[in-house]
Amino acid sequence: MSYSDVLSIFSGALTTLLLSVAGIALGLPIGLGMALLRWGRLPAVGPFIAVYVSLLRASPLVTLLLLLFYGLPDMGIEIGPIAAGVLALTMNTSAFYCEIWRSALLAFPREQLEAARAVGMRRGMCLRRIVLPQIARTSLPALVNEMSQLIKVTPVLAIVGVVDITRAAVRVGADTYDPLPPFCVALAIYVPIIFALVSVQRWVERRKARLETSE
Amino acid sequence: MIHSFGIVWLHRDLLLSGLANTIVLSVLAALSALIFGALISTVLVRRARTTAHIVRFLIDVARCTPFLLFAYIIYYGLPSLGLRFDNWGAGLLALIAYHSAYMAEILGSAWRSLPQDPIEAGHAFGYSGLRLFRRIVLPPLALNAAPVIGNQIIQIVKDSAFLTIIALPELTHAASAIQSQYFVPFAAFIIAMLLYWALCLVVEACVSTLGRMADARR
Repeated sequence: MSYSDVLSIFSGALTTLLLSVAGIALGLPIGLGMALLRWGRLPAVGPFIAVYVSLLRASPLVTLLLLLFYGLPDMGIEIGPIAAGVLALTMNTSAFYCEIWRSALLAFPREQLEAARAVGMRRGMCLRRIVLPQIARTSLPALVNEMSQLIKVTPVLAIVGVVDITRAAVRVGADTYDPLPPFCVALAIYVPIIFALVSVQRWVERRKARLETSE
Repeated sequence: MIHSFGIVWLHRDLLLSGLANTIVLSVLAALSALIFGALISTVLVRRARTTAHIVRFLIDVARCTPFLLFAYIIYYGLPSLGLRFDNWGAGLLALIAYHSAYMAEILGSAWRSLPQDPIEAGHAFGYSGLRLFRRIVLPPLALNAAPVIGNQIIQIVKDSAFLTIIALPELTHAASAIQSQYFVPFAAFIIAMLLYWALCLVVEACVSTLGRMADARR
């Protein structure tokens, strides 16, 4: 394995990171939106979202990705590997984010909403000033956990031809007839990235626990 | 669209054998991972510092590794060290080794959060060793950890789909086979997703039944 091979795996890391960031950036607000729609008890939308979230949380990302990558062109919608990958990641992770946001919303004390209403706050302002800052704080550890889960499933995108860390490593392995060293390089890239997120999560949890005991 | 679902229906035996393989894989992997996880967790809670540190480090590395890469390493990487598996062996080994780390972590933290009073009371009443574990420690441990273990089993079911990359004939592989032969991608994969959903709902139902039984006994 030459120096340029290692470099090609590292350039795959850039793709992995960009796609993960795209998935997180799209999935977080979509998940929040779905959670708010369910929280608002809309008659038709609520149950629909509940079924959607349950189905997507239960189905493997590979199956979803293959469905999008082969199924959408079949229905006349052209989609490339990168777009299919981002769409699959977003759909998958937004379902998990929705559940995280929703459980934070369910635990939110209703009295505060009534108090906000009593001082004349509108719904949007109440959401922005009172609800969001608090549920963001309570669900932060779970959100960070879901981010590390997302990075852990990104190698799936390699199956449809996205050249991420895993696919770059597979390529080098196929060229050199020795797959173990490139896989070890790939592992040495994934583990620190995911471990950094896990450490952030643990730190946030510890801080939260300390704050709660001091209150 | 109806036509393509008809094609999938005609080849339902292929899809069902894929589903059966997914179930077999998941059940074997879940049971073995639980057993190995329990064994590993006894090292975690014991006093032996250095062993506990080494095991903890290995668990952290496993938990930071993407499952797909892990399966690749076992199937394609290990043969260069002289360890060769067929796709079933590699798939099972990957699932079991990977999820044992998670199970060990789950059981270890459930063990650490157990209240100490009943265990001390058990000691006082003359329970010790295996009997203490079976009668006093295990029931609350199993009940506390059941929901998290249920989630992990769902994760095993979902991870088994990745094994399509090493040509293991599980559910996603069967759906892929039908789609590549008859070009009915939407019908094939949506039915596979619905079947995965059904599997997960079954696991969730089992966990909540367990929880209700526990509440009734309390």
